[in-house]
Amino acid sequence: MNEQAPVVRVRDLHKSYGSFSAVNGISFDIQLGETFALLGPNGAGKSTAIEILEGYRHRTSGDVSVLGTDPQKGGLDWKARLGIVLQSSTEAGMVTVTEQLTHFAGFYPHPRPVGEVIDAVGLGEKAKARVSKLSGGQRRRLDVALGIIGRPELLFLDEPTTGFDPEARHQFWDLIQGLKGENTTILLTTHYLDEAARLGDRAGVIIGGRMIDIGTIDEIGGVDARVPFVRWRDVQGRLQQKRTHEPATLVAALVSELGGEPVDLEVVRPSLEDVYLDLVRSQGAAESDGRVGSNAGPVRAPETTERNA
Amino acid sequence: MSLITLGASRIGYETKIYFRSPDTLFFTFLFPVVMLSIFTAAFSAGGNVGTQPDGTGGISVGAYYLPGMVAAGMLLSGLQNLAVDIAGEKSDGTLKRLGGTPLSPFSYFMGKIGQVFVTGVIQVAFLLAVANFVLGISLPTEASAWMTFAWVFVFGTITAALLGIAMSALPRSGKSATAVVIPIMLLLQFISGVYLQFYMLPAWMQNFASLFPLKWMAQGMRSVFLPESFAALEPSGSWDLGLVALNLGLWLGIGLILSRVTFRWIRKDT
Repeated sequence: MNEQAPVVRVRDLHKSYGSFSAVNGISFDIQLGETFALLGPNGAGKSTAIEILEGYRHRTSGDVSVLGTDPQKGGLDWKARLGIVLQSSTEAGMVTVTEQLTHFAGFYPHPRPVGEVIDAVGLGEKAKARVSKLSGGQRRRLDVALGIIGRPELLFLDEPTTGFDPEARHQFWDLIQGLKGENTTILLTTHYLDEAARLGDRAGVIIGGRMIDIGTIDEIGGVDARVPFVRWRDVQGRLQQKRTHEPATLVAALVSELGGEPVDLEVVRPSLEDVYLDLVRSQGAAESDGRVGSNAGPVRAPETTERNA
Repeated sequence: MSLITLGASRIGYETKIYFRSPDTLFFTFLFPVVMLSIFTAAFSAGGNVGTQPDGTGGISVGAYYLPGMVAAGMLLSGLQNLAVDIAGEKSDGTLKRLGGTPLSPFSYFMGKIGQVFVTGVIQVAFLLAVANFVLGISLPTEASAWMTFAWVFVFGTITAALLGIAMSALPRSGKSATAVVIPIMLLLQFISGVYLQFYMLPAWMQNFASLFPLKWMAQGMRSVFLPESFAALEPSGSWDLGLVALNLGLWLGIGLILSRVTFRWIRKDT
């Protein structure tokens, strides 16, 4: 593998179960050291796509390369370079946190020190506790710990912070920032858009098995999706909202019109969450219009958005 | 780390989990001891088994049931234990997690079979100790009997373990595993001479039981623990150790093939 080759390369990936198409032609690359966030509603095909990359499922068609290897042919040496955090599991957990991590560390050629990993995920006080005695959030941290114990080059995180309290989520973000600092490549799925915005370098939005948009976090949805909102209360006390590229001009006009400060004035730039929700809604509308697959409508075609292809 | 070293570390890990699981400890590990104690307490008043017409001789009920319980222990430690254990690991995500690590299936199986072997040895040692010191059942003293014990035990336990791995593919979920597996195990124990005296069963039932490995494990163990005179009670009038070896060997092969063919880290997608 040369330096320029992407860590993950997916081209026209399809996966169908009978007549149901779970993944319907997605393409993307992830470069070395990059964190790529895969977004989309439940059942959109994110987990199916990820499990194909992890080697769990076989694809129906398309090309996939992960760390230079086809996941369907990946052997133990290939798996040793991956870290996989699956969606939650319910293992019986008759071993302690330390026992479990020590055991898993033994699978890998260059594991991280167990104590270090336990501290990094904030389970220091639970190191000697049985896994079965951990809370849901603590189990999730152990899942993450097991995912990084082998010092992976590529880390898959499938909804890693589900069930975390806000403090735990912020600790987790710091942990991931640390891994990014070590040049770990990360593929993340999450329903928390602030998480994707915080950790991701780029994001892709999958809906109905298709990649409907892909780009850096501040490009997703296109320029139009990022037009700021101006909100205020008019003289009758009703909430007003206008989208404009020139919010300052609008606010100035409001001030002169109202003869003073507008009540509850806000100028808001759409967050990733706003942009994402717009994409999901417009995709839903496009699907009910039967326009999916054509380049019409508010959704940009994947071909034009694959900047890193 | 090599496959063997990893497998050895799996044996330690699996054995630790075995002894920390209350269900396994009771329904697999202690079950033969509990059953032997109950049988001894319940039926001893009825007198000895295999007595002369004048009422003398024979052996105690406990002594008669001991070989059956040894065989049941092999079946439970191998087949029941692994079939339930692996079905559970399939549905609770353990196998999926392992499948995403560089652990090879070889090391995984070495861990499972090793665990069965280690716990099976401890189980039978405990059973024989209770039989001897608590229930006053005398154990064989000849080396040849213990040689037979050794090969029937090793052969039978590994066969049961492989069949357990194969059978773990049967239950649809971890929750239904005990409901699917335990009735089959009970049925086998009833028809194979564990709970009922084999020579009392009708010929058709004896013949049916001969299709399955437990009957042969029990027969092999009877040859170890019962006096030579009891061979006359066997269907053919002898212990037939050659047939025991042949049938266990056959089931070992079947177990090996089935476990290799059916095992998946995760349920196969279509």
